[in-house]
Amino acid sequence: MTSVSTLPNAEALFEDLGRRLYVDAQIDIPPDVRRALREAAARETNRGARGMLTTMLRAVDVADRKQTLVCQDTGIPIFWITIGRGIAVDGAAMLEALRRGVERATEETPLRSSIVSAIRRENRHTSTGDGVPVFHVEFSTAIDYIDIVMMPKGSGSESMSFLKMLLPADGLAGVKKFVLDTAVEAGGRPCPPTIVGVGIGGSSDLCMTLAKKATLRPVGQRHPQSDIAALEVELRDAINSTGIGPMGLGGDTTVLDVHIETAWTHITLNPVAVNMQCWRGERRRARVYADGRVDIGY
Amino acid sequence: MEHRLRAPLSDGDVRRLRVGDAVLLDGTVWGLRDATLIRIFDQGQAPPVDLRGGILLHVAPSVRPSAAAPSGYEPMTVGTTTSTRMERFTRGLLRDYGVRAIIGKGGLLDDSSAAFAEYGGAYLAIVGGAASVETEQVEAIERVYWKDLMPECLWQFRVRAFGPLTVAMDSQGASLYRDVARTARERLAAIYAKMGLRP
Repeated sequence: MTSVSTLPNAEALFEDLGRRLYVDAQIDIPPDVRRALREAAARETNRGARGMLTTMLRAVDVADRKQTLVCQDTGIPIFWITIGRGIAVDGAAMLEALRRGVERATEETPLRSSIVSAIRRENRHTSTGDGVPVFHVEFSTAIDYIDIVMMPKGSGSESMSFLKMLLPADGLAGVKKFVLDTAVEAGGRPCPPTIVGVGIGGSSDLCMTLAKKATLRPVGQRHPQSDIAALEVELRDAINSTGIGPMGLGGDTTVLDVHIETAWTHITLNPVAVNMQCWRGERRRARVYADGRVDIGY
Repeated sequence: MEHRLRAPLSDGDVRRLRVGDAVLLDGTVWGLRDATLIRIFDQGQAPPVDLRGGILLHVAPSVRPSAAAPSGYEPMTVGTTTSTRMERFTRGLLRDYGVRAIIGKGGLLDDSSAAFAEYGGAYLAIVGGAASVETEQVEAIERVYWKDLMPECLWQFRVRAFGPLTVAMDSQGASLYRDVARTARERLAAIYAKMGLRP
């Protein structure tokens, strides 16, 4: 049995992390995304598309220099939390502290609150509300820290979310067609070049969660399973050959990458979900160790 | 072809624009979006300003109060939102209020394209998500109307070298979005075949 340590000053620490991660994710674009944009700009043969990729890179630089947001859309705040071994935390208090951090970020920065109630469309101007931030919490025996990834999910790309409960007889061919068709249907609306997340299998809710989680993976990192990795490359190249291009105005670069995550499913089901992330690929990560040490990354 | 334009746009200014051209703007740009347009068209309240020859921007900025700013607000982040949601308002903006150009991202659809041809208008596509660049090009927020809709007010911006914008829909009825979608659908058939998929 691993010895378990209780995290010191946990609530203050998580509140501060909630605030920092939500702001920093919107200012500082991950290095893998920057690299992918630079490589795409170098490869792109369409002049207008190359110009747009250059403007995107310029927007990233301006945000670095002025410490401003890259995009005005503060998104729907989503936290992906994985709790490892040997670290004890009051989970409910952790989530409340992260929520307070998001609220403080919104008031103190200040940030536009993009969150409204579902029926009456009321905005508390805190970037929070019933069910928001969205928290995904899971556990892992593979790590000895708490891993928190913050994703401020913009609405242009989040609107381009698709789920289909295919039949077993539709096979993998049905899955491929669905991904290609949704990319064409989405066109310029999700701010391409996107990171396309694909979920295959699970229940309907798990399938969509997998699709969104797939967009968190650093661009260029392939799925560890070789058949899934090959499918990612096949779909990436296929979507890029449609010619939709940056902002849907034509070009070679429609996606920066396609990431797939899978789960086992029911014998009668063949679910597939697509969730897109815009060209900024915003995410910020913290690893919190049992002694209170924090590593910030992407 | 590259154009440097200033509002109000004349009929000739707009009709010279062709899809694929690049545009930079100076002067007044009017910011609005869903709630503003719902007020104008669904609630029947005419905008309190003259939009003839005007250039609109689909936007809802983050601002902060500032005593030094003419409007009382200075921009923090000004960025463009997806236009497609606001498709049904284009025709009325051109026909009833004389708007000549709409800046947005993601594109507009066939009725907007027809309206641009009928009344002489254009859709200017910006690089979405690059709000840090846009914000640098906004010199000031000059006036803010309908503050109760914050942040979806009617914003009067003064811009300098705003862009680069791409003419994506023009007064000839051409649309890059339609062209790109048609090409993508055609190529999709070949992609299906190459991947061994049945349509």
